[in-house]
Amino acid sequence: MPVLENATDIHQHKLGFIRKYIFSTDHKIVGLQYFFTAFLMAIFGGLLSMLMRLQLGWPSHVWPGLAKLFPVGMNGGVMAPEFYLSLQTMHGTIMAIFVLTALFTGGFGNYLIPLQIGARDMAFPVLNMLSFWVYLLSCATILLAFFVEGGAPISGWTAYAPLSAVAEAGPGQGAGQTIWIIAIALFTVSSMMGVLNYITTILQARTKGMWMKRLPLNIWGMLSSSLISILVFPVLLGAGVLLLADRIAGTSFFVPGGLVLGDKLISHSGGHPLLWQHLFWFFGHPEVYIVIVPAMGIAAEILATFIRKPIFGYKIMAGCWIAIAGLSLIVWGHHMFVSGMNPLLGGVFALTTLLITIPSAILVLCWVVSLWGARIEFASPMLFALGFISLFVTGGLGGFFLGSAWTDIPLHNTYFVVGHFHLTMAVSPLFAAFAAVYYWFPRMFGRMMSERLARIHFWITITGAYAVFLTMHVLGIAGMIRHSYDPTQYDFLKHLQPLNVFVSYAAFALASAQLIFIFNFIWSLFRGPEAMKNPWKANTLEWTAPAPIPHGNWNGPLPTVHRWPYDYALTDAPDAYLPQNAPAGHVGRSASAIARGIE
Amino acid sequence: MNRQNSAGADHFGPIFGVFLVFLVVVSSWLFIQRRWWMPRVASVHGIDIDRVFLITLAISGALFIILQGSLAYLAFRYGNARSERPKYSVRPKLEKRFALIAGIIIFGIDVTLFALGDSNWFKAWGPPPADTPVVEVMAEQFAWNFRYAGPDGVFGTTDPTLISSTNPFGLDKTDPAAVDDILSINQLHLPEGKPIRLRIRSHDVIHSFFLPYQRIKQDAVPGMQIELWFIPSRAGQYDIACSQLCGLGHYRMRAQLTVEPQDAFETWLRLAGQS
Repeated sequence: MPVLENATDIHQHKLGFIRKYIFSTDHKIVGLQYFFTAFLMAIFGGLLSMLMRLQLGWPSHVWPGLAKLFPVGMNGGVMAPEFYLSLQTMHGTIMAIFVLTALFTGGFGNYLIPLQIGARDMAFPVLNMLSFWVYLLSCATILLAFFVEGGAPISGWTAYAPLSAVAEAGPGQGAGQTIWIIAIALFTVSSMMGVLNYITTILQARTKGMWMKRLPLNIWGMLSSSLISILVFPVLLGAGVLLLADRIAGTSFFVPGGLVLGDKLISHSGGHPLLWQHLFWFFGHPEVYIVIVPAMGIAAEILATFIRKPIFGYKIMAGCWIAIAGLSLIVWGHHMFVSGMNPLLGGVFALTTLLITIPSAILVLCWVVSLWGARIEFASPMLFALGFISLFVTGGLGGFFLGSAWTDIPLHNTYFVVGHFHLTMAVSPLFAAFAAVYYWFPRMFGRMMSERLARIHFWITITGAYAVFLTMHVLGIAGMIRHSYDPTQYDFLKHLQPLNVFVSYAAFALASAQLIFIFNFIWSLFRGPEAMKNPWKANTLEWTAPAPIPHGNWNGPLPTVHRWPYDYALTDAPDAYLPQNAPAGHVGRSASAIARGIE
Repeated sequence: MNRQNSAGADHFGPIFGVFLVFLVVVSSWLFIQRRWWMPRVASVHGIDIDRVFLITLAISGALFIILQGSLAYLAFRYGNARSERPKYSVRPKLEKRFALIAGIIIFGIDVTLFALGDSNWFKAWGPPPADTPVVEVMAEQFAWNFRYAGPDGVFGTTDPTLISSTNPFGLDKTDPAAVDDILSINQLHLPEGKPIRLRIRSHDVIHSFFLPYQRIKQDAVPGMQIELWFIPSRAGQYDIACSQLCGLGHYRMRAQLTVEPQDAFETWLRLAGQS
């Protein structure tokens, strides 16, 4: 890696404020830019869901105050059905793509990859900067959809054609849907620039001695996630371009002939709606793993620090993530069991889908077994990492029902699905993200966050998350339909209303608890106690860089790595740890570690 | 402990353990109570869906209790100040063996569920008994239209260019076979205990034909004609719902299914044909 070594000299000269903090090529600044942008998008996306819960808890109730805020969508204080659906579409799109996908590899990945592998920066720093700016542009674009004629699209984050392909299909399906496609395309471009960089950096820019089998688990998660991204995002981009062509260039990729909307015969012919679903879910299901795998990596990394002993199953976990990355490409059909796809295909996808439970379950078991014989330290990052495991287990078990074509029939497109994917790909990753913030905050900003507030935040959040999303499973079993503006329209759903009210209250409590986090974050940024250099006594390289971390990460030569990152409990000292760069022959080189070939 | 900020956290292991036990108790109740549960099954294959569902629930419920329980126990046991210093131990062979055994157990569960599910799945998609009558379903924003072949047993030809708000199927009225076709909006009547084929279509966007009590859910896809069959086993009036986001009226795309004895069904059909 001679090129990056020489980069030290380039980084030494002084940069102005704009080059240093705005148009920066420093991976740390880019990472924080990603992080803060995703953070703001998350607040916005979360608020959308609060409005949805208002409608679901109290359908068609008059909220005079909200009429002033949304003169069109809540004219007279009652939410319009199309406004509800646009909230749903935008909540899903923003949270799944513009928050979670960006936050993990873009935010934490950017910040941590070079620091944890001992590199001065990303392999392509300018591309990295560009990736962020295109991401920011895509965020601005998706928000624009609210302000065009007809409002935001109403076709859900999956944008099934022909609803998404024909402007006549409903309000929001005109300019709003076109903007949605453009925003997704921009995000895709940004994501590809990003993940190409992460993969190259991890494979090419590791410091001396940082062999693949010495990579921190977090890096394995980032690598696996990036590999999935680079394989599936181009497909989404292609599908988006085709959909756009159907809308504005008169092509018919997804629109069949003989379509009649409101007495008007649509001129398209020859396309197939299922083609969109195949293309979308070929991206859409791996997308779940793009989010959850780096979240797992973060949780494993933090778990490894706070059990104060070597983590169980390091190589197994890395193997499981690579296996998930591979299997994730052949399971998308389980979203289409009742779509009209050939039943034979459904039967096969049921098998591939169930197979992906194997690496997932082995990962969970490795984490659980790691606690055996540990001395668990319940600092706030660890609380959230343990919460992650508990939530992921609960959410994952729902996959047994939905992965089998037979039991999917009554549950498909019900709140069982909503509860399931929120637990697995929304709430669990958010727990990993919270764990990451509490854990790396001292490294990022040189201060500690309030532990007391973090604990209050944890207990309300985990209780709220279970109250909301476990209850949704039961609503789904009872048949409550997704994307429904008013479930009380159906006789068989009327008796569920008390549960819906309960879920709404729980969701409000869950959202309010996030104010504690926001307050803690901002307050600690300025008033938090100054952090020690390595407050958690962790072994990974990011803690060996000077504070604050300079551009180029290490003054002088890059650290040399002598061991894997999980040599805890080698000596009798309490909290014994041995950083990866401590010279070989250091105290407590254990016989088993040598036998294993780690040192 | 001289780590920043973690002082006073020694009681968190027990608290976390108790929280998880509480979680297990409450969720077990949630999935055992029957006040908010599946609508009472009213089709022959639906009984098989419910059976496989309950087996899956038992297996995943057991895994839930085991995993959350282990987490609770380990947090309780190893999460307080009295725990002894952890031992350094890295045992790659043990790890591999562990992963292998865990993988085999999970694979066994997977194969069991897969076999249970797919055997029923393919049976349901198998051919219907001979002479099973057909009802056509045409979905549109935001209504369900039904068509019976009428006394001649033959459906009249249709043409998309003829589709309008008054002619949802685009029925070609010049075709002699079309004369006795019986059309019905948002009202589906079926004879009790008799197999029936549904031929599902849509002329605008994707909808999904959902019979919650009969455990039927099938997307209606424009450009496709999807056929399924089932046996409604219990007389009564049931909701028909749309379960695929189809536009602003998705939530009220509601129809009614009436399952009734053969003679009552024939009477209704005759009256519907006259109107």
